This record gives sequence, structure tokens and C-alpha cells, in this order.
Amino acid sequence: MEHDREEPRLPRPRGPLSRGVATYLRGAGGLPRLEEIVRAEVYGEDLQLALYLCYELHYRGFAGVSPDREWDPGLLRVRAALEQRFLSALRTDARVHDSLDEALADLLVEPVDGTGVSHFLRDEGELWHLREYAAQRSLYHLKEADPHAWVLPRLWGRAKAAMAAVEFDEWGGGRAERVHARLFADLMADLGLDTTYGRYLDAASAEALVTVNLMSLFGLHRALRGALVGHFATVEITSSPGSRRLAEAMRRTGAGPAAEHFYDEHVEADAVHEQVVRHDVIGGLLEQEPYLAPDVTFGIDATEFVEERFGARLLADWRASRSSLSAPLDRETTHTS
Amino acid sequence: MPNSPSDRSGARRRIAVQRKGPLLVEGPVEVELEDGSVVTSDRFRVALCTCRRSRRYPWCDTSHRDRA
Ligand SMILES: [Fe+2]
Ligand SMILES: [Fe+2]
Repeated sequence: MEHDREEPRLPRPRGPLSRGVATYLRGAGGLPRLEEIVRAEVYGEDLQLALYLCYELHYRGFAGVSPDREWDPGLLRVRAALEQRFLSALRTDARVHDSLDEALADLLVEPVDGTGVSHFLRDEGELWHLREYAAQRSLYHLKEADPHAWVLPRLWGRAKAAMAAVEFDEWGGGRAERVHARLFADLMADLGLDTTYGRYLDAASAEALVTVNLMSLFGLHRALRGALVGHFATVEITSSPGSRRLAEAMRRTGAGPAAEHFYDEHVEADAVHEQVVRHDVIGGLLEQEPYLAPDVTFGIDATEFVEERFGARLLADWRASRSSLSAPLDRETTHTS
Repeated sequence: MPNSPSDRSGARRRIAVQRKGPLLVEGPVEVELEDGSVVTSDRFRVALCTCRRSRRYPWCDTSHRDRA
């Protein structure tokens, strides 16, 4: 995989909010008005894409958009209004657990006959399902572990050392060919997908955008550092069993060695990561700042909430033999890498 | 000064044990299996299966978890 030198293209707008933000980014018009933000469907594709555009300026930006827009006060005001709607909706919709111990205990139990996306893909997934799944997930996995890096300066002592160690492992332990984002690009190549960063933003469903916006929201706000840690813990704790099922799906469909390897690696890596995150990142954080326990719990519950919505949408579409994507995948791309 | 007490303590590997769950060992490690074969891991920390249910033995794959 040759690293793309060009920034991603701005995506197709999906309503007035995302159109307004995209137009503003190109320097060709005004921002959405606050009344429009108040009216929009909070988990809908327009609001979520508008927020995604704001966040992406902190990662890789967009072609033809000045990097200075990252700290544009007008844009930050719009972002804050979008975030406020998103966060208050999550606080209402995602509350499940009264205590962190209960939330963690629930994550650590494996359902005997689970019915999630990874079960579906393991048992009856076809290559086209796997390609759609990878295209949707590429929004995160091509910047895997990056949203969590923002928490590092906000931790110290045991929590910081442990978080940095896990992140180092996510970033390949010092070897470029082992960076997890790179392993995912290799998986995409096996599935005949385009590995260009941001290539499938148009294809991503609203529910997929929500899962990535959640990480950026938690990562970019120091006030939400507890929730970010809860998010990371949820991903790491649930990853090993889910990755095993996805590895089996890749093997059964003959997706290819890199596709299998991405998930095999996560079975093993995340069995370690979840131990380190629970004992040292959460343990260390709460030793220093015990009052953050409810925020960690919120981070877990919010992550479960958005992941379940994403999974439900995929399964509803696939069970009806429909594509889950908002824009069709091109036919197989050929790779020079 | 080889074998001085402070040297030796610096070389000690810490292993975290838990009643339920894998042994956590500082990596990198080489693990010799019963049949004499050796497997390696370069990870900063390694989780070694103790429940014997792992399908990636000797590495933990979270198979020790309760199922409900
Ligand atoms: Fe990873
Ligand atoms: Fe991980």
C-alpha cells in the first residue's frame, strides 16, 4: 500500500447541513444556521456527515480545503452546536448501567448464541457482505487507534503508560508494515476494495458515520476523557471474540490471507489489550480521578448503543437482500501496490 | 558488574497472575511447548492461556470468559 499523498475529496452532501459545511470548506458560501441544526434528525446522515466533515479536518483534511479551517471560529461554533445535539441525544438514549463494574461485567460475558453482525458473517456471510462491511468500517480502520491518541496528554502515571503501550501496539510496535491501519488496507486489497483514505465516505451509512463521530467527539474533548477510555475499553474487550468470527468468515469465503490476518491478529492482540485497558488504563485513571467512573460507564454504554444501531441496520438490509451502503461500490479495482 | 543484586532485579520479568484469566507476561517472549517446539511473540505484553480452552494456545483468545 502506497500511502496516498493527496487529501481525500469532499464527499457528496446529504442534506442542508452537510451541504452548508462542505460549501463553506470550499470557501464558496455561508455555514448552516443554528435553527437548521436544531431541526435536523440527530442520528441522520445529514447531521452526522456535517459533523464528520468538521472532525475530519483534525485528521487528514480534504483536497482543496485550507488546513487553517481546522481552527476556524465560525466552523467551530457550528461543530459545537452539532456536538451538543449529538451528546445530549446519547446521554438520553444510551444510559443502561448504574455502575462501571456492572458495565464491564456485561461486556465480559459471551452470549452462547449471539445474533450480531459477526455471527451473521461467520455463518452465512458472502463476499459482497464482507466487502460492504469492510467499506463501512474503513472510515475507522484506516485511522485505527488515531482518535484515541488524543487522550494521551490527558492521562498520567499508570494510565498513560498503559494507554501508550497499547497504542504503540496498534501502530505496529515501531514497524510500518504492522500498523493496524495498514493491515486493514491489506484486507481491503484482498477484498478488491480501493484502499485510498476516505474513499468510501460516500458509501458509509448514517449508522457507520455515528460510530466514528463518537470516537472523535470523545477524543477531542478533554472533558470527555473518561468516556474515551470507556469507548476504548469496549472496543478492546469485545474485539477478540468478534474478530475470531470475522476471521472464520474470511477463511470460509476465501477472502485472502491479509483479510484473515487482520482479524487473526486482533484475536491475539486484543486478548492482551483488554487486560491492559481494564487493569491499568481504567484502573490507573480511576486511582487518580475516581469521579470519572460514571463517564467511563457512559463511554461504554454509548459505544454499545451506536454499535448495536450499526449492526441492526446492516442485518436489516442484508436480510432483505439489500445493499447497506449509501453509494454503490465500484466493481473490483485493480491494485498496483 | 555482572550478577550484582541490582542488575538481577532489573532483569526480572514481572508476571501478573489472576484467578480467572491469562498470565500476563512482559514481552517479547519465547514459549516452549510440550512437544519441544518454540513459539514467539514480540508484543510488549503477552497473555498466556491458563484455561486450556484457547484455540490459539499458548496465547489467550478470551475463551476463559463466562458464557450466558
Ligand atoms: Fe487494532
Ligand atoms: Fe487493540
